[in-house]
Amino acid sequence: MYAEQDEFRPLEVESVRKDFPIFAGDSPVAYLDSAASSQTPFCVIEAMDDYYQNYRSNIHRGIYRMSEEATAQYEEARKKIARFINARRSSQVVFTRNTTESINLVAYSWGSANVREGDEILLSVMEHHSNLLPWQLLVERTGAKLRFIEVTDEGLLQLEDLDQLLTERTKLVAITHISNVLGTINPVQQITAAAHSVGAKVLIDGAQSVPHLSVDVQDLDCDFLAFSGHKMCGPTGIGVLYGKRDLLDEMPPFLGGGSMIRSVQRESSTYADVPAKFEAGTPSIAEAIGLGHSVDYLSRIGLDPVHVHEQQTLEYAHQKLSEIDGMTIYGPKPRQKAGVVTFNLEGIHPHDLAGVLDTEGVAVRAGHHCAQPLMQKYGVIATARASFYLYNTMEDVDRLYDGLLKAQNLLVRRKR
Amino acid sequence: MNIYEEDILDHYQNPSNYGTLEKPDISYEDDNPLCGDKIRVDLQIEEGIIKDVRFSGHGCTISQAAASMLTEEIKGQALEDVKKLTKDDILEMLGIPLGPVRLKCGLLALKALKAGAYGIKGWPGEEDDEEA
Repeated sequence: MYAEQDEFRPLEVESVRKDFPIFAGDSPVAYLDSAASSQTPFCVIEAMDDYYQNYRSNIHRGIYRMSEEATAQYEEARKKIARFINARRSSQVVFTRNTTESINLVAYSWGSANVREGDEILLSVMEHHSNLLPWQLLVERTGAKLRFIEVTDEGLLQLEDLDQLLTERTKLVAITHISNVLGTINPVQQITAAAHSVGAKVLIDGAQSVPHLSVDVQDLDCDFLAFSGHKMCGPTGIGVLYGKRDLLDEMPPFLGGGSMIRSVQRESSTYADVPAKFEAGTPSIAEAIGLGHSVDYLSRIGLDPVHVHEQQTLEYAHQKLSEIDGMTIYGPKPRQKAGVVTFNLEGIHPHDLAGVLDTEGVAVRAGHHCAQPLMQKYGVIATARASFYLYNTMEDVDRLYDGLLKAQNLLVRRKR
Repeated sequence: MNIYEEDILDHYQNPSNYGTLEKPDISYEDDNPLCGDKIRVDLQIEEGIIKDVRFSGHGCTISQAAASMLTEEIKGQALEDVKKLTKDDILEMLGIPLGPVRLKCGLLALKALKAGAYGIKGWPGEEDDEEA
């Protein structure tokens, strides 16, 4: 796309950190929870401030300069995001609230029009609840059936079952690109090709991949891609659904209201073309503009340098954490996964790990990570998770390590 | 204030009344779906007085320490008086402020006790919300 992206320039983490207000000051947090939500750089905050301070108004139909400016910025953001994922046309980018809403949009609109009793939807055991519940609800409405690709003890998809799971009954494969718990990077291109060979459509949950890897929708050939702005240096409240144009054109509306119509009569209406058909009501304007700027920001740095930086951090984290007695790390080896380490320390509840780490200024997540079927597979109730992004340093990993040793000294239960 | 105060760690590492009763008059197990913690409370009642109490289950420091403190508090008390215990009593026993997530850890034992002894379901302190 851009010449500057083709040239690999290693990421300079100290310079990256200066772009983020949260890391200013003498004792910045060791923020290891970007898989839940990332931090926001100045340029994104400033772009949203600029909208609120200088041209705040509603988009479309406003015949005055501020509204025209807001519309132009909102649509410019759509183009930037389309280029970022290499969509053929910007109209294939539908703004939603988040990944969850994007997947629900497909489940209600495409699902209700295309899925019938006896049909099957193929998921995996490592799906986030946001790529499970919408399909459970669809199955309840239609009488279709869910099937699952199992996960190996190592944390990889059991792909040898794929041929047997994919049949002419399979209408859709909905699969995560990267597991939010294990970090596993799934071979979605291969899965998509296999699904297409039996006539099934493919939805990829890109919530954990689009922020960290170059995702090219034409290369993957997926039918739908869902992701969230807030995990990729963007604001909360803005997400994206990408879809193939013929599918989006045929799909019935999801939410009804303003902006999504062509003409409205008392009893019935005709609908606008995509993407407006799926953007009823006033959207998150500032947030869409902000997301456009976060995409600019990530493109300037380059996702390849981001990925290399995360891999280095991840390998160091695996090495350090493995030194601790009683440590269990879930999921595959660093080379097969993204910057996520999910673990348990023997004898210490993950809530306590997170609690002690918090007192040391280290932010990690603890719980079931909205992936209870995966927790059940590993026979655990909860785990702790550290996740890395472009602004994390090796020192953050050292602080995690020191905090875990402190938790162990404090909390390992004496024998009764 | 540090939530890992010495007193709390003491109760966590050496909990009082940990275990089960052989023939409890009241036994109830409850869980916190947010984190999967489980606590079972067993009570032995004689003439309206809690003669003995045990708790078992698994959970974080806060939930285990709060259960330990609660069982110490109620042993020997009239079952009817125990009904009056509230969220604030638990916070006072723990002696630390708790955020909304950890608060549920702290209240799990009381929730199990109230559900088992009086059939009062729901989180202590949230009963009023349901009427709205």
